[in-house]
Parts: sequence; structure tokens; C-alpha cells
Amino acid sequence: MSKRGIETLVGLFVLLGILALVFIALKAANLASFGQRDGYMLQARFDNIGGLKVRAPVRSAGVVVGRVKSIKLDPKTFQGLVTMEIEQGLQFPRDSSAKILTSGLLGDQYIGLEAGGDDKNFAPGDTVTQTQSAVVLENLIGQFLFNKAADAGAANAPSPAPAAPASKK
Amino acid sequence: MNSDTLIDIDHVTFGYDASRTILNDVSLTFKRGKVTAILGGSGCGKTTLLRLIAGVHPVNSGRVVFDGETVDAANRDQLYRLRRRLGMLFQFGALFTDLTVFENVAFPLREHTSLSDTMIRDIVLMKLNAVGLRGAAQLRISEVSGGMARRIALARAIALDPELIMYDEPFAGLDPISMGVAANLIRKLNDATGSTSLIVSHDVQECFTIADYAYLMSSGGRVAAHGTPDELRDSADPEVRQFIRGEPDGPVRFHYPARALAEDLGMPG
Amino acid sequence: MTAMLQALGARTLRWLLSLGHAATFFVDLLRNVPTALRRFALVVAQVHAIGNRSLVIIVASGLAVGFVLALQMYYALVKYGAAESLGLVVNLSLVRELGPVVTALLFAGRAGTSLTAEIGLMKAGEQLAAMELMAIDPRARVLVPRFLGGIVAMPILALLFSTVGILGAYVVAVLLIGIDAGNFWSIQQSGVDIWRDVGNGIVKSSVFGVICTFVALYQGYETQATPEGVAYATTRTVVVSSLAVLGMDFILTALMFSTP
Repeated sequence: MSKRGIETLVGLFVLLGILALVFIALKAANLASFGQRDGYMLQARFDNIGGLKVRAPVRSAGVVVGRVKSIKLDPKTFQGLVTMEIEQGLQFPRDSSAKILTSGLLGDQYIGLEAGGDDKNFAPGDTVTQTQSAVVLENLIGQFLFNKAADAGAANAPSPAPAAPASKK
Repeated sequence: MNSDTLIDIDHVTFGYDASRTILNDVSLTFKRGKVTAILGGSGCGKTTLLRLIAGVHPVNSGRVVFDGETVDAANRDQLYRLRRRLGMLFQFGALFTDLTVFENVAFPLREHTSLSDTMIRDIVLMKLNAVGLRGAAQLRISEVSGGMARRIALARAIALDPELIMYDEPFAGLDPISMGVAANLIRKLNDATGSTSLIVSHDVQECFTIADYAYLMSSGGRVAAHGTPDELRDSADPEVRQFIRGEPDGPVRFHYPARALAEDLGMPG
Repeated sequence: MTAMLQALGARTLRWLLSLGHAATFFVDLLRNVPTALRRFALVVAQVHAIGNRSLVIIVASGLAVGFVLALQMYYALVKYGAAESLGLVVNLSLVRELGPVVTALLFAGRAGTSLTAEIGLMKAGEQLAAMELMAIDPRARVLVPRFLGGIVAMPILALLFSTVGILGAYVVAVLLIGIDAGNFWSIQQSGVDIWRDVGNGIVKSSVFGVICTFVALYQGYETQATPEGVAYATTRTVVVSSLAVLGMDFILTALMFSTP
């Protein structure tokens, strides 16, 4: 095999490797959202961030507008302090609300940003004041059972059977 | 130091490990421009001598002097400098099996010189011509016979025109014609280039036809005798005579040490 | 009893000695890298011998693994109604783990044994000694180009394995099973991180490349110059490489992927 031939084949080999990398990067990974210009930071405090993770998307009307940069515990208020990076060029009114939502029933959690009606917009570094924490499943179930018990209690109060509430356990 | 002498082995003792001494206080000298043979049975340390000259191992005591310079096996730079002045022919050629005949001979030229491709081509073809294999230049190593392989290895060994050429068993396993060719080549090359040749062999007859001087090594790593081929042929020493004439029994015993045969077979007396 | 302890001690000492020997060999290889890089054509030739020649088995295996992964994962995922995530699961499995590891194991078997046998036979035929006596360092001329060739080839092969695997999964998932093509790709795009998953996978395969090539060269260089010796050395290459790769994979995975 001539020297030229070998060099060409090796060049092809390396090219194949680069193409594979490019393919994976574009089609199969999140490179598409990689090269955005740096955005501006917004902060939000939540009582419970649930399963929110760093790099989770921030969505408005379902469209990805940013990413979660960092999650910390605020030592003074004992609330979760979330820092978000929002795309440069997208402005949100100062009374917009941030909710922690779940994509699908058992999917990953993300921050949903709902635009408010204020004239003024957030400045970089501002804090979102209207927040709604993540739904914690245990609390939901506890709430459900409590409501069910209360309904049963109210329904059974006029009836003379006193044993009814006990059987609702 | 005699300027006639290219290599001086000065009271050298050497063993690969403490239990086995291969060379025992040997002294040899190899004269410039001459063909010297080192003869002896297997295991006498002949090949080891070549390795010591090339600096592959350090000597236990004594010194090896190459053209006035003591060979220091630990000094890589010195070794590489000295090795560029010598060529070694290994017993089975040690050719590079992944290269063609041409590339094998060109190898030292490509590695050590920055000559142009055309110059290298000319030199390689000339060297191959000297060993009679110019037509085989494009063959692969797997396609050449044993005798041809030795000749190609010789062409490679002389590619840089070394001052010293060492041959390790150049005649072993060759047919009579190839042996004659090899002997002829060794002598002619030596005379034509003025280089010094060392032949390690146990083929006495072939060596004597071309050697100017010979050393006979005995087991135990000593020099049994040395002299010109004629002197050795006429020697009265029984060890020398046994070797030169190829007698089966003499100072080198035929039987490996054992008990008496009667004892082994369980017979009385 | 004391005899057993003595034997154990002797074995341990021998093992330590060979470990030190191997470490010295590795350092020697590294020291000769600049020299070898000057003869770049040699490195290129080795990338060809090691990389190009392994393409067929890597691509074939990648395709097969992609097919099988997609099928098997589908049966598990469809129970939870999560069949749409098939692409994501296959992608992550390949890019993070199977790509680097399986490629390394195949590499050890195909390229590793070939390297060991080649070096072993060169040593047996005194080719390396001949080079030394021609004042040419066989490590810089023969060993290090192969070392560099293996290190360059391995990540490329691992990437190709993963890519072909994903394409194979696409064929099974979209064309055979009928999962939506758009979802197949988009769920992957949102779930696979270029640095964390793909990048770490490349780091893994580079480390494996160093390990496999080094083991192959060392076994070849240290082998006995006999047919049995070479045969034994090639087996050892595969065994030692495979164990080292799997062990290293555990450590690297723990380091890289411990936090979700």
C-alpha cells in the first residue's frame, strides 16, 4: 500500500470520526441550544423546589427561554433560591410568576414563567416575587385523604350512625 | 595501544548472572583490515563476545576497547556513536518482515542520513548488487530463501559502510553453494572496503579458507588457542586438534557425565 | 504453614516487581513521544493499521448492539407508556457506557492481540535487537508510533460505534416498531448533554485507548521469544486489557456520573 494511499485512508478515518461527533452533537444531543448568547440572570425563591435540577429548562408558554443556573438554600429565609439564565432579548413584566411544573405525569421538573401585565420589565438580577412551589406528591395525597375524610364526616353528620367515620380510615 | 588493533578485549570476565560465568578472563585482539574468526563449540561465549563489543551488556571486569575508546554500556550516546561504525549480521538475518528487500537495506540510510530518495535508491541498489541480489529488490521478506535472507542482511549491514562487520554464524544451515557464496562475499567485501571482519562460527573449514587469524574458544569461557589457520591446523594441542578435525571424542567428552553403564542397567560388576 | 507464607510473600514481591517494570516501560514510552511525533508518517501508518482495520468489526458490532438495545429497551419501556423515550435510553446507554467499553473490549481482542503478536514476533526474530545495534531506538521507532496510533484510533472508533448504534436503534424504533421519528430525535436532543454525556464518553474511550494499547505493547515486548510465549502473551493482553477497562470504567463512571 503506497504512502499516499495510507494517508488518504487515515484522513478518511479521522473524518468519519469527526462526522460521527457532529452527528451526535446536532441530532442526538443538546448542542442546538448550546451556542446561545449569554443571557441575563433572574432569581426566584421557592418554599419547595421539589425535583428541580440545575440546567432544567425555563419555559414560557411551553417554549424554552432559559435554563436554571444554580440552586441554593437561602440561609435567612430557609427558602430555595433558584438563579435562572434567561435569553438575552426576551423581556418579562415585573409581575410575572414562576411555577415549578412537571413535564408529563412522571417527567422532569422545569420552571414555567407566566408573563404578567406590568408595564415595567425585569432588570438583570431582579427577583421574581410571584412564585409557586413544586407539588409534593405526599402532601397531595395527604390533602386528598383529609378532604375525603372531611366530606365523609359532613355527609354522615345528620345520619344517626356514629361508626361511619371510623370506617373511613 | 597498537594502531593496528581495532578491537581489544582486555582480561574480560562476564556472566549474565552470578551463577554462570560465560567468559573467564579472556583477552583477544582484532587487527584492522583483517578477517578474524572466533571458533568454538556451542555455549563457549562466542556470540556473547560480539554483544560485549557492541556494548549490549556491561562487562563484569576488564574492558572492551574499540578503536582506543573503552566501551561503556551505560553511556547511551557513546554506544550509539560507536554502533554507527559497525554492522552486525544476525544468525537468521533479523530482517524487518513488514518491509520489502529494498526498504530493509534502505532502513539505516533513511534513519541515519538525510540523503535524497534518488541517492538512497542508488546506494541500496549498489549494495544489493554487491551481494548479487539487485534483481530481488522488490520482493517481500516472506518470499526470500534463507540464503538470500542472509545476503540481504549483509547488504543492510554494510549500507553505511561500517569499519567493523560482525558475522554471527553466517554459514549455519546453508547449502554448499550458498556457503561458498557467503564466504566469498565476506572476504571480497573486507578487502574491497578495507573494513575489519569478525566471524563467529563453528564451521572450521569454511572459515579457514577466508580468515587471516582465528581464536578457538573452549567451554568455560577461555581462549584455548589462537593463530593463523595454518598454525592452528598444525597445532599439537589435543583440544585444538579435536575441534579442527571434528573428532567425536577427546578433551571434549562424548558422554555426558553419568554412572557406569553396568550400574545403570542393574548388571553385576 | 511458613512455606505457604513464604510462597505468598515471594509472589507478592514478584508481582510488585512486574508492576514496577510495567510502570518504567510506560514512562519510557511517554519519554519517546516527542521523537516519534517527528516521524509523523509512522504514526499515520499505525492509525491505519489499528484504526482503519478495526472499522468493520466496530461498525458491525455497533449496528448489532443498536438493534438489540432498541428491541430490549422497548419491551421494558412500553409497560410504563414511555416507549417514546426509546431513543433517549439507547443514546445514553451507548454514548456513556457501551460505546467506550464495548469498543475497548473489541479493540483489545482485535487490535491488541495483533499488536502483541507483532511485537512479540519482532522480538523473537531479533528485529528489535538488530535495530538497537544499528543505533536506532526501537521504542521510538516501533513502539511509540503504535502507542500513539492506538490512542488516536480508540475515541474515533468509540464515537463510530455509538453513532452506528443510534442509527441502528432508529431503524428498529422508527421503521420497525413505528415510534414517531420526530419524537425519537427531539427527546434525545433534550436529554443528552454534549459535555456531560458525549464529552465524558470521549474521555473514557481515550483512557481506555491508553490502557489497551499500553497493555498490548507491554505484553508483546516482554514475551518469551517462543511460539508458546507469544500465544500466552496474546491471551494475557485480552484478559488484562478487559479487566483493566472494566475496572477503570467503574471508577470513571463513579467520578463522572455520580451526581444526576
